[in-house]
Amino acid sequence: MPAPLPQGEPAPEDGLLPPTAREGAARRAFGVYLHVPFCRTRCGYCDFNTYTATELQGAKQEDYAAEAAREIRFAGRALRRSGVPGRLAQTVFFGGGTPTLLPSDHLARMLGTVREVWGIAPGAEITTESNPDSVDERYLAELAEAGFTRVSFGMQSAVPHVLKTLERTHDPARIPLVVRWARRAGLDVSLDLIYGTPGESLDDWRCSLDAALEQEPDHISAYSLIVEPGTKLARQVRRGLVPEPDDDLAADEYELADEVLGRAGFDWYEISNWARRAPGETGRAMAHRSRHNLAYWRDADWWGIGPGAHSHVGGVRWWNVKHPAAYAHRVQAGLSPAAGREVLDEATRTMEAIMVGVRIAEGFPVARLGEAARSEVPGLVAEGLLEPEEAARGMLVLTLRGRLLGDAVVRRLT
Amino acid sequence: MATRAESAPRPAATDPALIRNFCIIAHIDHGKSTLADRMLQLTGSVSERDMRAQYLDRMDIERERGITIKSQAVRMPWQAGGRGYVLNMIDTPGHVDFSYEVSRSLAACEGAVLLVDASQGIEAQTLANLYLALDHDLTILPVLNKIDLPSADPDRYARELSGLIGGDPADVMRVSAKTGEGVTALLDRLVERVPPPAGERQEASRALIFDSVYDSYRGVVTYVRMVDGVLHARDRIRMMSTGATHEILEIGVASPEPTPTQGLAVGEVGYLITGVKDVRQSKVGDTVTDASNPAAEALAGYTEPLPMVFSGLYPLDGSDYPDLRDALDKLKLSDAALAYEPETSVALGFGFRCGFLGLLHLEIVTERLQREFGLDLIATAPSVTYHVTAEDGTELTVTNPSEFPPGRLVSVREPVVRAAILAPKEYVGVIMELCQGKRGTLEGLDYLSENRVEIGYTMPLGEIVFDFFDQLKSKTAGYASLNYEPAGEAEADLVKVDILLQGERVDAFSAIVHRDKAYDYGVLMTGRLKKLIPRQQFEVPIQAAIGARIIARETIRAMRKDVLAKCYGGDITRKRKLLEKQKEGKKRMKTLGRVDVPQEAFIAALSGDVDTRNDQRKK
Repeated sequence: MPAPLPQGEPAPEDGLLPPTAREGAARRAFGVYLHVPFCRTRCGYCDFNTYTATELQGAKQEDYAAEAAREIRFAGRALRRSGVPGRLAQTVFFGGGTPTLLPSDHLARMLGTVREVWGIAPGAEITTESNPDSVDERYLAELAEAGFTRVSFGMQSAVPHVLKTLERTHDPARIPLVVRWARRAGLDVSLDLIYGTPGESLDDWRCSLDAALEQEPDHISAYSLIVEPGTKLARQVRRGLVPEPDDDLAADEYELADEVLGRAGFDWYEISNWARRAPGETGRAMAHRSRHNLAYWRDADWWGIGPGAHSHVGGVRWWNVKHPAAYAHRVQAGLSPAAGREVLDEATRTMEAIMVGVRIAEGFPVARLGEAARSEVPGLVAEGLLEPEEAARGMLVLTLRGRLLGDAVVRRLT
Repeated sequence: MATRAESAPRPAATDPALIRNFCIIAHIDHGKSTLADRMLQLTGSVSERDMRAQYLDRMDIERERGITIKSQAVRMPWQAGGRGYVLNMIDTPGHVDFSYEVSRSLAACEGAVLLVDASQGIEAQTLANLYLALDHDLTILPVLNKIDLPSADPDRYARELSGLIGGDPADVMRVSAKTGEGVTALLDRLVERVPPPAGERQEASRALIFDSVYDSYRGVVTYVRMVDGVLHARDRIRMMSTGATHEILEIGVASPEPTPTQGLAVGEVGYLITGVKDVRQSKVGDTVTDASNPAAEALAGYTEPLPMVFSGLYPLDGSDYPDLRDALDKLKLSDAALAYEPETSVALGFGFRCGFLGLLHLEIVTERLQREFGLDLIATAPSVTYHVTAEDGTELTVTNPSEFPPGRLVSVREPVVRAAILAPKEYVGVIMELCQGKRGTLEGLDYLSENRVEIGYTMPLGEIVFDFFDQLKSKTAGYASLNYEPAGEAEADLVKVDILLQGERVDAFSAIVHRDKAYDYGVLMTGRLKKLIPRQQFEVPIQAAIGARIIARETIRAMRKDVLAKCYGGDITRKRKLLEKQKEGKKRMKTLGRVDVPQEAFIAALSGDVDTRNDQRKK
């Protein structure tokens, strides 16, 4: 079951933003997120906003690209009429769901509409998520042709019993194939992994990490499994059919990932994301970081297209109606598909900036903290949660231990 | 043939020969309030239109729990054998905690209806109150109630009752308070069997206070039984225990609504209002006399209420402390037995050490504080009064474990009680095992009937307030009932067990226990706290100690992972709200040393006793 949307204030039907949203916009990067809310089956752990064929209630996959294009045009008008200066898209990210369930020309068409409305910056990062079993060589070549630069495969694990618990349907043997095809098409490759799956051992996890590294990807995300309320997995745990995830084991797995990936030439740049050092990079890995991902943590602006998608422009956050049928109805009527929004006050913006800012390796400036938060810094350093040298030069950067206790750090700084 | 009285005798001018003063002794749920309702209806005291269930139970708590906390008296007219009589029904509290108040109510009567559920038989507390009534030479009318129930076995329980009080099982009356069957005959029987009050109208007036109720509009309403003489409105009266004098502003009878009269005369039952604002100025058991013509001697049996059980009450929110103080000050006006003084706890902040008559009294007071005053409270584990003699000969009275002196002690004395437990005979084994484990000494074992046994034990009160009742109920499937009365003090090998969190003592969890039980208590509390205290960023040892000696230890391992790895597709709002919720949770924690302890953990860790109290309430 998809997770509920947040509570907020009503969003205006014309999608107009308050004047505060345009302040400083020219200095902020702009990106576009495109949500594709379809999956062949729902995995037991997933609470993302996605629907299988039987759950669509009249919404049609084949109409989706056109509906999304409507929202993209609506978004372009709304930003313009709100006085937000036009900016080229620095990043475009297709997420899901399973974007690659749609024919490649549908993704190309949506990307084309983004280009038509906002323009795409030279060297922009254009990514799609993909299931290993929903693409072939030709499909990936067509994406590259259309302008995509990067593909992120949902590998999750290399261990069959773990994939089975996660209810992932792909054959692990398919990973080398799809990676090779993506390479051939000239795409950057990222692999998504999940750790902390009930029943997964530390050795299982090591095996998955090794298998991922064997593919020599440019980027690896490793997310800890969270048993979300309302999911099938949560029911299985409640009934004792599946053991409860063990936080200590998850911590061991995270530490192992950091160690193994580090040895293989990867640097963390966000708590759950590692990038490979590119040839010629002498310092930390920079080039292969996902800039779209970083934008979330850097508090940049992005417009989220599609059912349940979240957007942020200059301290205004909003989220679209969840169901594809409701979404289709709204965009066809020329109305904003937003279900609710919040206009953040200064204190909340600062709080959020700290919350997301400390998650990234480039750090958060101590100077932006209030007095009370600043007084916590020495203690956090002494407890081994913040890097002492970074703190000395005025940046908050989490240590390995601090990354595992990131929320505790944030609670003390906000 | 009996009917309701056409012309009832007037208060202050009633021939004592026409008065019958009685009470109803019954266990909770055996139907006392329902029987009272029927009597009010049959005597015409309450019209059908005004009737409501459990008419006399005033407090919400009383009505909900089906128990009477405070007594009350109702004057009802009744016509029998062609003469108009006055029946004064004096309600009695039904619980062991209030046995002193019960004894004063009984002293105001000449007769008692012993009301027993025909499907359950007599219970321990009822039996105890029956013995009290026999001590007061009351005429006992045994009555089986609920004979309309399919499970009723009146023949069996009639034999049991006649075995207890003598007489023929055929004399045991059978009624259904619910349907009214047999209640008219019972009213007639009261007139026939209960003796009229003795006492002299010409003597200096003496009235026994058997209840004293605070009313926020009228001040204290004092319920009295005239033993000798007459009292009138505007008389000046004297309280014989204190010598304080007051003017009677109003005198009257409850029928059942308060009705002012000219006065009250010998044998009558009614109320006085003098304008005093605190029940301590009008104490249960005290004697009221005419200040201008005082009696030479007070009525016998007066004692000051003595707290037996102590507990610290703390507001969950420290800023509620002044409200708690005001609330206790107000409750005190209506509760002469409630005692309290300020107390500070490292763990719980500012609160009050409160003394209660027993566990039910404690429960009622905390519930009233929460319900009537909207306070959220933590109550520490109940304790009793210990008398400690140190090596240097100094004597100390300890009602709070944290005051228990360190070092070697010459002796520690603890209060003991005589406990009576009534249960079906198949539970005798488990009950004796339980009582032995609670340091009990068997005093006797009597068969009330072929199936039911009364087991007598002398036991430390401290064991009873700990978790005895809870265990008794669970081991006997709820069939056992318990009564106990103070039986002095006894020396015992008692020690204080402290609970330490990261080496720091948490005063709220200290307990005085027998040396042989210290280890069990230590293991229980450290185990409980390990489950209740969330993991911190560092390892937290939880230890139980006697003095400097550690007797049990648990460790809460350090939390290593506290981060949401997911990004939720840019749903920063969701992440922020989660974080805000976590911060709210942390605000509700108390920090002991460096350890954050949620208040729920305190409540739950102390709740072994809360469960006991809840169980006691249910039965």
